Amino acid sequence: MASDAEQGQLQPAPESFLPKDLVEDISRDGINSGRRSLLQGAFAAATASMVAPALMADDDPDIVNLPSWTRSLGKPVVANPYGQPSPYEANIVRRQSPGLTRTDQSSVSFTPLQNLFGMITPSGLHFERHHQGWVDIDPRRHRLMINGLVDTPLVFTMEELLRMPSVSRIHFLECGANTGLEWGNVAVPTVQYSHGMLSASEFTGVPVSLLLERAGFDRKRATVLLAEGADGSSMTRTINLENALDDALVAYGQNGEMLRPENGYPLRLVVPGVQGVSWVKWLRRLEVGDAPWATKDEVAHYVDLMPDGTHRQYTSIQEAKSVITAPSGGQKLLKQGYYDITGLAWSGRGMVEKVEVSVDGGRNWRAARLEGPILPKAMTRFHCDWIWPGEEALLQSRVTDSTGYIQPSRAQLLAVRGTRSIYHNNAIQTWRVGADGEVHNVQLG
Amino acid sequence: MSSWANTSILWLLASVMTPWAMAMPEGLADLGRPATDNEVAAWDIDVRPDFVGLPPGSGDVWAGEEIWLAQCASCHGDFGDSNEIFAPLVLGNITEEDIVTGRVASLTDPSITRTTLMKVPTLSTLWDYIYRAMPWNAPKTLSPDEVYGLVAYLLNLGYVVEDDFVLSDTNMAETQARMPNRNGMSLDHGLWSVSGAPDVSGSSCTVDCNVAVSVTSSLPAYAMNAHGNLAEQVRDWGPYPGLWTDSETATESEPLAAVSAVAEAATAPEAALTAGGCSGCHQMAGQLVGPSFNAIRARYAGQEHASYLRDKIVNGGEGVWGNMPMPPMPAVADDALQLMVAWLTSGEE
Repeated sequence: MASDAEQGQLQPAPESFLPKDLVEDISRDGINSGRRSLLQGAFAAATASMVAPALMADDDPDIVNLPSWTRSLGKPVVANPYGQPSPYEANIVRRQSPGLTRTDQSSVSFTPLQNLFGMITPSGLHFERHHQGWVDIDPRRHRLMINGLVDTPLVFTMEELLRMPSVSRIHFLECGANTGLEWGNVAVPTVQYSHGMLSASEFTGVPVSLLLERAGFDRKRATVLLAEGADGSSMTRTINLENALDDALVAYGQNGEMLRPENGYPLRLVVPGVQGVSWVKWLRRLEVGDAPWATKDEVAHYVDLMPDGTHRQYTSIQEAKSVITAPSGGQKLLKQGYYDITGLAWSGRGMVEKVEVSVDGGRNWRAARLEGPILPKAMTRFHCDWIWPGEEALLQSRVTDSTGYIQPSRAQLLAVRGTRSIYHNNAIQTWRVGADGEVHNVQLG
Repeated sequence: MSSWANTSILWLLASVMTPWAMAMPEGLADLGRPATDNEVAAWDIDVRPDFVGLPPGSGDVWAGEEIWLAQCASCHGDFGDSNEIFAPLVLGNITEEDIVTGRVASLTDPSITRTTLMKVPTLSTLWDYIYRAMPWNAPKTLSPDEVYGLVAYLLNLGYVVEDDFVLSDTNMAETQARMPNRNGMSLDHGLWSVSGAPDVSGSSCTVDCNVAVSVTSSLPAYAMNAHGNLAEQVRDWGPYPGLWTDSETATESEPLAAVSAVAEAATAPEAALTAGGCSGCHQMAGQLVGPSFNAIRARYAGQEHASYLRDKIVNGGEGVWGNMPMPPMPAVADDALQLMVAWLTSGEE
């Protein structure tokens, strides 16, 4: 490699000196004398002296000594036909929480919220939760059936669904068990594991209302929908029909392309504001009904244990919640001074109205700046200026949604629901910044 | 906030507030076709708590045990106590009184592991789920009679039915009426509907709020690395690098994952050639500006050519393949150079 110790010497020629048409001519006809002289001219220009000056004390060597990428030919188009992140971003990937599950097929991978920006999750970083592994479905052989309380049970091909009127909507998708590890005590070190069963995408698809109208559903009797997947588990969940008619989609698009297989390719249900388990992936069937089905994930899991020993069943809505994503647990502030505290807020009941940030554990709060657009049942990015004085701080965020609901503190949530619910933990999160700059996940009391 | 942003938000609000219900456009009725009876029967296998959808059949505890040991016990344990793979289905913890009251009393005891049978109020759920999703690696291979037997065996493990019990479509309802936690579910909450009433409320206090701020829980030092080295899970060049939690094997001065990933990315010779800029003048087959890689590989097969090729790449040359000069390529990384030369001299197809 050209070492920086060589500075001051004649630098070698970069390779990007041949005009494209000349290369094509040579490729087609070979080299004649005319072309040879053109080439030699190009070399002469390219190898003209590039002498780096001597490095002075205040000089940044990364500026003065031109790096290799400034002195070489870059890579060609379609070197990656499907673009990939920079290799320098290799740390930013979905990760499993060790010991959380005993198999990789019925498991979870978490979104690296600590290093993401804005209100959309890159599709490749969307968290995963599968109950019986994920599958690759041939879209030509995939069908959507609508049956139950309808005039005529119908079957749609993917080609037909893509012909239908479509809408694109940005919504968050949060697992009901997000932050479930933290009910009893601090259990995980970073926001990826504490809040990373949360993602948001622009979904494109056909409104459920349109498909049900096409099938002629029984408006008088129908109260619920059963959604069913085409994978081995044929996952089923009962959906609140009234809400589904408002804004649910049978979606095939995610962030401008088709759904990723891990997220339900080629078809999934989108139920805005409702916990992820109801967004049935690899969707093959919607059944219109007049009573809930009490499916496995409505009686054995996704039921919230209350202190009196009862389980709340059919808990679906993800209530308003927020979290500071940076700085957050497992990170370190290297120096005092200005920082942009940033995070995410969302509500399954509507829009984010307000986010407040505290740096003293909730004693004093100030309004954060909300980044637009603010959309219903979508993530909203917030920011808050902060000058870290190099002392201990307890960072918190608190969201108020468009219904007036205010995100509870951990003490307020536990007073009603105890510590064994597993699901729907939307308590205010605390990150402790030490005087040494280290940020740790803590709970206060 | 800028006026542009305000305008754009208003516009977006207007668009999202538009009623969703889309009028069905003319011609849409041509899309989709009626499902046949066989098609509906093939997919509509769900069973509701009122047993709508339950196919006829029967199975006894002994038949269920036989299938259980062959197809279920490897994950769920011989007695439904799990095999360290899945949560236990049955572990005891259910009393005769629970079966009478329909409430599992031990659910209030945090020291007792919750099992499936302690939670499930509806027998239909067990039947439906086993039929649609089990065995885990071969779902939908069990017959209805086999499922009746398996459910009977599970109930017997939980002392809900006797050893000689036969479960069938005709006694499902009366058996469901013995489920130990049949009265243990609550719908008294606001989380079913978007417009439901919340049960918890936060505080709107903003100044001098009376809250406890002592740290009552945090990860102990020994657990900080339980999720792996946090420094390798965070962007390592930003304002908030990750904490180095791996005290065993490395120090902060060693290169992090991202850096080594850059080197790993170019482990394929073709990738190294692309990354090194070689493909600007050379292609795999056929002369471009310079000779093809195939031609070079044919001429220089053999390790003895390695140092010669290395020199040609680094320092350039002219006259070997014609008068076209090859410029020096000193910016090619050492490991990539090694990879290229090894491949060019390998003689492999």
